[in-house]
Amino acid sequence: MGKSTTMKSIMGIAPPVVQSGKIRFGDTEITHWHAYKVARLGIGYVPEDRRIFPLLTVQENLRIGLDVFGVAKEMKKSILERIYGYFPRLGQRLSQLGESLSGGEQQMLAIARAMVMDPRLILMDEPTEGLMPLLVEEIKEIIKVLKQNGTSVLLVEQSVAMALEVSDRVYVMDKGTIGFHGSPKAFQENETLMKELLGV
Amino acid sequence: MQEHLIQQILMQALNGLVWGMIIALVAYGLSLIFGIMDVVNFAHGEFYMVGAYVGWFAIKYTHNFWLGLLVALAFVALAGILVEAFTLRPIRGRDPLYTLMAMFGLSIFTQQLILAIFGPLAKEVKEPLATKIPFFAFEYPLYRLIVVGIAFAIFIFFWLFLQKTKYGVWVRATMQDNVMASAMGIPVKLVYTLTFALGAGIAATSGVLVAPIFSVYQTMGLSIIVSAFIVVVIGGLGSLQGSVVAAILVAELQTLSSVWISPTYAKVFSFLALIFVLLFRPQGLFSISKRR
Repeated sequence: MGKSTTMKSIMGIAPPVVQSGKIRFGDTEITHWHAYKVARLGIGYVPEDRRIFPLLTVQENLRIGLDVFGVAKEMKKSILERIYGYFPRLGQRLSQLGESLSGGEQQMLAIARAMVMDPRLILMDEPTEGLMPLLVEEIKEIIKVLKQNGTSVLLVEQSVAMALEVSDRVYVMDKGTIGFHGSPKAFQENETLMKELLGV
Repeated sequence: MQEHLIQQILMQALNGLVWGMIIALVAYGLSLIFGIMDVVNFAHGEFYMVGAYVGWFAIKYTHNFWLGLLVALAFVALAGILVEAFTLRPIRGRDPLYTLMAMFGLSIFTQQLILAIFGPLAKEVKEPLATKIPFFAFEYPLYRLIVVGIAFAIFIFFWLFLQKTKYGVWVRATMQDNVMASAMGIPVKLVYTLTFALGAGIAATSGVLVAPIFSVYQTMGLSIIVSAFIVVVIGGLGSLQGSVVAAILVAELQTLSSVWISPTYAKVFSFLALIFVLLFRPQGLFSISKRR
């Protein structure tokens, strides 16, 4: 409860419900910033229902992130090459319209277009929801790649098992407040939590 | 007798094409504005009307039709930017009724302002060229064919802009999902302003182009806005092809049927087409799906 709203508030697309408190990214306070400013600051967003642009091609969906930053042509090419390396299926479907992709491919596209902007932080809201186990594995790999490249990932995930596997820090949200927060190891050593949330 | 009928039909078919392109220019601006900003611009006919008046004024003093057209285009586009910034932006996000009322109010205000400045008599604008082209057994004014050519050129320009340029992608993305467009770093507020100005500008262009054909008067905006709305609904919100196809369809229905019945009754056919589309394909013939 409140996980998605938290993400949307960070991104600047939630209805103005932030009544008290602040949102800070590094040294910058971004509490009431518009979404496009937040994006240009270096925060990428992968929303819960993917929301790729249905009538733009895969290539156009990806292009937006590059064009927003006025990246030089040669750099654009190399960035895109790298992205196609992580998402080969997307590379094969460049001129297909967003709405013609399968659910899994749309999820990949949603992640890819956030990655194109080379953000410092990526917000991922339930990226594995409704996906086949094979695709869930692929997404886990992508998250690991992102971490290796130095990109921070804030992941909202229903699947506790998955969250424990890929995270360095875990926050449990209950009724809008943060309960447990700590390392996955500390989580697994907490018997009450494990019983409550994993039924173990 | 048969021969004469065919001539009439041909002539009205041509008139329908000309009138269709005039409507298409106004309708596309309306469609763009509604498709991108969710604004039902009741004042859109006034951009067309003011364009015609400013054009008439500029032509009168420069003695150059095309220069007058450019002046009118620039003036109304600028006015569009001001309207968007001072009338629409402050009430964005509120109940859509506010915007409706605001634009309706602007429409009335503008008509009265023009009346006060220019008086009640209609203004005449001469065709920039009086050549007539022989067409079967009659002659058709070259100017009107040029109007069709210019309108098509404008649409081709827009199509290229939207499909092939980076800013065109921004506009299309904003139209499909303005929230995610912003989350991707697109300056959506700027896109809104520029789109509104462009929509106003092409309406003004249409107003100047039609001036030599039908003259310039305060309520000309009212007479075109109804057709424009019908075209937007039939063609589909935000669709360029939709605006052109639907406008030609509606205009041809009106002009061709006026061969047999009075033009006033001929207008009924466009409403019938509207009802037909609403019943069987309410999103319009070429609608662009938008997240709402």
